[in-house]
Amino acid sequence: MHEDVTTLAPGLDRNPANGGGMSNEAILTVKAASCRFDVSLPALTRLISRAPRRILRAVEAVSFAIPRGTTFSVVGESGCGKSTLARMVVGLQRPTEGSLRFADIRRGDGTFGPPRVQMIFQDPYASLNPRWRVGDIIAEPIRELKLRSSEAETGIRVGDLLEVVGLSRTDATRFPHEFSGGQRQRISIARALATEADFLVCDEPTSALDVSVQAQILNLMVRLQKEFGLTYLFISHNLSVVRHMSDHLAIMYLGRFVETGPAEQVFNRPRHPYTRLLLETIPDVEKPNRERRPMSGEVPSPISPPSGCAFHPRCAIAVERCRSERPLLRNDGEIRLACHLA
Amino acid sequence: MPADAARPGRLRRFLDSDIGWSFKRTPAAWLSALVLFLLIASAFLAPLIAPQNPYDLSQVFIDKAEIPPIWSKDGEWPFLLGTDPQGRDVLSAILYGTRVSLIIGFASVVVSMGLGVTIGLVAGFHGGRIDNLLMRLGDTVLSIPTLLMAILVSAIFRELLPPPLREPFAAVVLVVSISLTNWVQYARTVRASTMVERRKEYVLAARIIKVAPSRIMRRHILPNTLTPVMVAATLNLGLAILSEATLSFLGVGMPITQPSLGTLIRIGNQYLFSGSWWLVVFPSLQLGLIVLSVNLLGDWLRDALNPKLR
Repeated sequence: MHEDVTTLAPGLDRNPANGGGMSNEAILTVKAASCRFDVSLPALTRLISRAPRRILRAVEAVSFAIPRGTTFSVVGESGCGKSTLARMVVGLQRPTEGSLRFADIRRGDGTFGPPRVQMIFQDPYASLNPRWRVGDIIAEPIRELKLRSSEAETGIRVGDLLEVVGLSRTDATRFPHEFSGGQRQRISIARALATEADFLVCDEPTSALDVSVQAQILNLMVRLQKEFGLTYLFISHNLSVVRHMSDHLAIMYLGRFVETGPAEQVFNRPRHPYTRLLLETIPDVEKPNRERRPMSGEVPSPISPPSGCAFHPRCAIAVERCRSERPLLRNDGEIRLACHLA
Repeated sequence: MPADAARPGRLRRFLDSDIGWSFKRTPAAWLSALVLFLLIASAFLAPLIAPQNPYDLSQVFIDKAEIPPIWSKDGEWPFLLGTDPQGRDVLSAILYGTRVSLIIGFASVVVSMGLGVTIGLVAGFHGGRIDNLLMRLGDTVLSIPTLLMAILVSAIFRELLPPPLREPFAAVVLVVSISLTNWVQYARTVRASTMVERRKEYVLAARIIKVAPSRIMRRHILPNTLTPVMVAATLNLGLAILSEATLSFLGVGMPITQPSLGTLIRIGNQYLFSGSWWLVVFPSLQLGLIVLSVNLLGDWLRDALNPKLR
């Protein structure tokens, strides 16, 4: 159904110059991808009330590339378009403009082809079918994609996967409601791994969990990344969660990237006022009493975004130019930044 | 799991579950279940337990016509509830008639449920134009009074069938005409829950691995929409039995050769003013008892499955 989005003719879009080093090879290349939704009233009502067409710009001209085996994190507040971006990458949503291309890769077992993409969802209570046994939930991709030839082999594989994510083989016969949120998220991960996935899109995988469980899940994900050479696109609204596992970081505001770059550089020297604002809201154990400005205002509506820089109504340092002229992303070393002043 | 090994355990497990606990604690529920069970058993065992087969002419004697029930002065064994003007035993006629009514009732629930669930699933899952089309069709059906629609459908079918086939197919015609008016309720129920379920992440997870939409509907969404459908089906069983009785009473349902409760009431009604009250009262009581127990059971099921009322 979305074949044309997620796969690619062999060889296309791969740069032969850095094709040798695996870590440099981009597994996913996104070029100026946009996703807009028509949220207009029905045609007749619109005609009567003379209302204009309303277009919701969820994602606007976003470009990035993710090297194989790394973690690319996208951070932003609710409603900034990060989930739409995730849905475009897994093929649940077609981009209105632009392209998302996966490069063919050579896997550990010697096969060559487009990477298998899977998604880990935010709500572990909705992402597992409540009527299915855990074993069937994990086995579904194996059966659908015919990755094992017999039911016995499928059963063994399911048991192995449960052990990989730290559950027991006998859990396969139980139902999702018998597990806690953290355990359910482990089941989701096992299911994603069942396809021998190469690329995992994680849409806020820990935001529904307790803080102590969050750390366990994140550590599990880091361990699996090393073990299986996985590539992650990690979506979060929480900078402190992504800090210890990101290689690259993109800060998103109202459908656009405002700052991207190597994670440590962005954390150590945030330049965009929005990035600084996000970082300031993280509590710091070493300086518990430091002065923190509360995050003010809300994300404006993506249906009628502010003129100029979308962030200017909330920006402490905005000047006249920010109101009229939209800053473009420009390179500053390895960092890309969209701000007139920083 | 072998069926015979699971059987005794299953009843035990039902009685130990939340639903079973509520069942045991609600007298209306287990009483109506008991009554319903007895009615169904007696109806289906009619050839074994009925005093006579009222439609076997060798067992019917015209000199036993219009005998009143056994407790009145002129009562006569074995005609517990009396006989009709042709000498048929009323109790036997009721048992045979209940069987016809129940079969038609169950069959129309199954057919309308199948139709409604399929339409509701497709409409809710695909949304957009398909949804609009199917649901407006449902609205149209609902805008015609149920009885009028059923009369219309059965009249059309009657005309289409050649006369010798009309009597044997009377039951099928009834089932079709009741189902064609009753499916809308199932479709609406299923559509509403499908629209909730299809946005849930487990459905998205299945879509990511490109499971075919028909499979997602059948294996993922359908099982999660069935709870309200079961409640609707139970409540509708009473309604379907009543619709059948009404149609038969009006003379567009079951013929006199295979009478249902409705047919018996229609025939009895003609003798009401000649004093043979037992011909109309006992089939009506039987009909009322069936519908009452089905509705009580349905009401209990609705409350038992509603987590807000627990």
